[in-house]
Amino acid sequence: MSALRESLGFLASRLRQVGIFLALILIVLLFQILTDGILLQPQNVTNLVVQNSYILILAIGMVMVIIAGHIDLSVGSIAGFIGAVAGVMIVHWGWPWWAAIPACLLVGALVGAWQGYWIAYVGIPAFIVTLAGMLIFRGLTLITLKNQQITPFPDELRALGGGFLPDISGGTSVLEWLTVLLGVVGTAALLFQSVKERRIRRRLGLENEPMAWFATKTAFIALLMLAITFLLASYRGTPIVLVVLAVLVVGYSALMNNSIFGRHTYAIGGNLHAAQLSGIKTKAVTFRLFVNMGVLAALAGLIFTARLNSAQPAGGTGFELDSIAAAFIGGAAVQGGIGTVAGAMIGGLIMGVLNNGMSILGLGTDYQQLIKGLVLLLAVGFDIFNKNRAGGSSSIAKRFTFRTAPPAAEGKVPAPEAVSAADPVAPGVGR
Amino acid sequence: MNVPILQMRGITKTFPGVKALQDVTLDVNRGEVHAICGENGAGKSTLMKVLSGVYAHNTFDGEIRFEDEPCAFSSISDSEKRGIVIIHQELALSPYLSIAENIFLGNEIASRGWVDWRKTNLEAAKLLARVGLDENPVTPIQHISVGKQQLVEIAKALSKKVKLLILDEPTAALNDEDSDHLLDLILHLKGQGVTSIIISHKLNEIRKVADAVTIIRDGRSIETLRLDQGQITQERIIRGMVGRDLDSLYPERTPQIGGEVLRIEGWTVQHPQDHSRTVVHNASLNVRAGEVVGLAGLMGAGRTELAMSVFGRSYGRAVSGKVFKYGKEINTSTVPQAIAHGIAYATEDRKHYGLNLIEDIKRNISMAALSKLAKRGWVDKNRETAVANGYRDSMNIKAPAVSAITGKLSGGNQQKVVLSKWMFSDPDVLILDEPTRGIDVGAKYEIYTIIAGLAAQGKAVIVISSELPELLGICDRIYTLSAGHVTGEVPISEASQETLMHYMTQEKE
Repeated sequence: MSALRESLGFLASRLRQVGIFLALILIVLLFQILTDGILLQPQNVTNLVVQNSYILILAIGMVMVIIAGHIDLSVGSIAGFIGAVAGVMIVHWGWPWWAAIPACLLVGALVGAWQGYWIAYVGIPAFIVTLAGMLIFRGLTLITLKNQQITPFPDELRALGGGFLPDISGGTSVLEWLTVLLGVVGTAALLFQSVKERRIRRRLGLENEPMAWFATKTAFIALLMLAITFLLASYRGTPIVLVVLAVLVVGYSALMNNSIFGRHTYAIGGNLHAAQLSGIKTKAVTFRLFVNMGVLAALAGLIFTARLNSAQPAGGTGFELDSIAAAFIGGAAVQGGIGTVAGAMIGGLIMGVLNNGMSILGLGTDYQQLIKGLVLLLAVGFDIFNKNRAGGSSSIAKRFTFRTAPPAAEGKVPAPEAVSAADPVAPGVGR
Repeated sequence: MNVPILQMRGITKTFPGVKALQDVTLDVNRGEVHAICGENGAGKSTLMKVLSGVYAHNTFDGEIRFEDEPCAFSSISDSEKRGIVIIHQELALSPYLSIAENIFLGNEIASRGWVDWRKTNLEAAKLLARVGLDENPVTPIQHISVGKQQLVEIAKALSKKVKLLILDEPTAALNDEDSDHLLDLILHLKGQGVTSIIISHKLNEIRKVADAVTIIRDGRSIETLRLDQGQITQERIIRGMVGRDLDSLYPERTPQIGGEVLRIEGWTVQHPQDHSRTVVHNASLNVRAGEVVGLAGLMGAGRTELAMSVFGRSYGRAVSGKVFKYGKEINTSTVPQAIAHGIAYATEDRKHYGLNLIEDIKRNISMAALSKLAKRGWVDKNRETAVANGYRDSMNIKAPAVSAITGKLSGGNQQKVVLSKWMFSDPDVLILDEPTRGIDVGAKYEIYTIIAGLAAQGKAVIVISSELPELLGICDRIYTLSAGHVTGEVPISEASQETLMHYMTQEKE
């Protein structure tokens, strides 16, 4: 009994993370019923992954930028611009795909460096710099494309958008075995890693999650992974973008949790001044975050272009808003310091399932937008509600309580002493 | 003579899992200045929130009678209607609005929704005269000093026809001179019949203004001391607050002083915005291994500016001068360089500059030396937890776990986290800026013990403090600063408050 109570208490302390996950499952179940089971049909699950991959990739970079206390409004335009650049390189100049892809990622890095320079070293707020970037790179997209789409792309590049890993059974089996293999190995690796980590923590005498909670959570995630594996394997196997996405999610989660760079990102967003005074090179970290965002935006642009098999003047329009929404639904804080890659992925999937489910139901984009807007509002509203009820005990509680600098705050690092020195001392009290 | 104006009886307030107040009694007489003392987290602020209606009447147990009538406030505006006004520690002023606008904020002088500016400014000017503030009412709030802003808050309270004024640590952010003015004003208002409740840590202030002191400890009212019965003494208050006699306010230590560790020569710093002002003039000082050196000075003397400019040019512009460590000149022009040379600076403002308040204890402790826990850029989180647990034990940080969020800790525990962070960076020189600001008496002793321990390990420690008794209690040598000049260097054997004050007020051209 006490184990149960302990687990429930732990659950309550993680209400936000668990809540958003449950919300995703509820939304999936809702549309599964509303669409008479079409949502979770193997073909549709595959579609879901491929359709949302570029938003999810953007959301990875976006949540990192948001954790550091910035924002990036330009990613949609950058994605469109890179699509155009890829079109020119591959279709007009005849570059092979294996040269064009790294070249495009490099262009993305340069774009990110351009914006990162203005934000980190000149000190212009990211909102302004990337708003300008949104216009600049949309303009460059139109100039590069001369206002016309570029098409078609070679099959190798198109595979990045809509291709699958090769079918080792040669298409004879009901299940695609390579996918099954990947899914089972992946699940086993996850289980092994979780148990190993738990053992190490116990050996070192560190606090651990309650056993019942740990077992339930791990079993659930493992089952979920196997279920998705089964669905994908029943159709055409593993989409190549899923492999790309999985590598990015695992890599970036580790980066944000365990690397010095990731930890410095959280520190900057949590309290910039404290980070500076702790010797963190805040400008360099900010600069790198935007370079990284540029590379991920380039990757998203390539995948999007590959999927459409054309580079279009309006390509990528609105991506920035979807990826920002994904990060916030996933629990990131507007003022920085809080957020996770996994949360952003779940947030992105919620948006994706809503899109997909409503499309199947035949709802127009008018209602789709309305509903997505309401979901964003509700997700953040739930945080606030949760915070007020818990009396500010949740760390997310600080999401919208903007810290106000002391009135004396001015310049680089204000020293309170300097202020009173600037003014003549308060005159005597009349009595 | 002693007519009660406020009676609080059996006040009990619980938060989920915590009993913040338990059966608290508070009796305030009309026209007196009543101090409330207690350690951080004792429940003083909660009690004032109960009184002012921040916590609605149905969320706590107990009875409040004001002017012999029962009170049932649901919000601050209810209590303000009765003439109870609270001024919070963090001032509730809008920096870009004018003094007059701030005074009448939420209470505008208007007809049919349109503000009457002439009358607003006129009334504001009258109120400013009452608090002895000679400022134009249209001046934006951000252009006047914190001390004057505090006076504007009081003017605002007066505009609400205040009968009972509650001040939560009103002098915490003020320099001595402004503090004196404020305390004089409280006494002046007392003469006009305004009753005040003042929450303060500063015992000398309490002795100066208070007619009565109620001591709160662990959510209970311990006792009420009255001046006319000769009960208000420092020893008595401290005993009430900590629940025991403090034999000594400062730990015993026998200094073992070695060779020079850090020397600063000819240090000059310009103001970051105002290029005509030199904040630190040609300052030179040194600190030796195992030595605790104090930096004394009035507000504006340039102590923090000196320390922060040495620590990676974190303050000021056109910084010039030389820094030597073990006799060799070193470059400390960026914070990472300063840290790499074994210098640590623990800020006076831990909430804004010292801690990431939304992050947990362990991540704050590791923040300045994360690379010590990492291999090739990857952090060993288990080791990090182990390190943090070590500091939690050795520094006696009171928290359920090192995964607790620092923003929820008390001031003393937050300060211990800041000190742990810098101890983990393994410095040779620690500059501690107001290490006991906003910390209660018991925790102060612990911080002094930690400082003594650092010196015993052979670290060179520089302590900046506005409290002279504190410097006299823990330092081996004290430098005085006045208007950016080092005006004196006093060994502890020759130091007294009078000599230090003499140097601190000395003018140098």
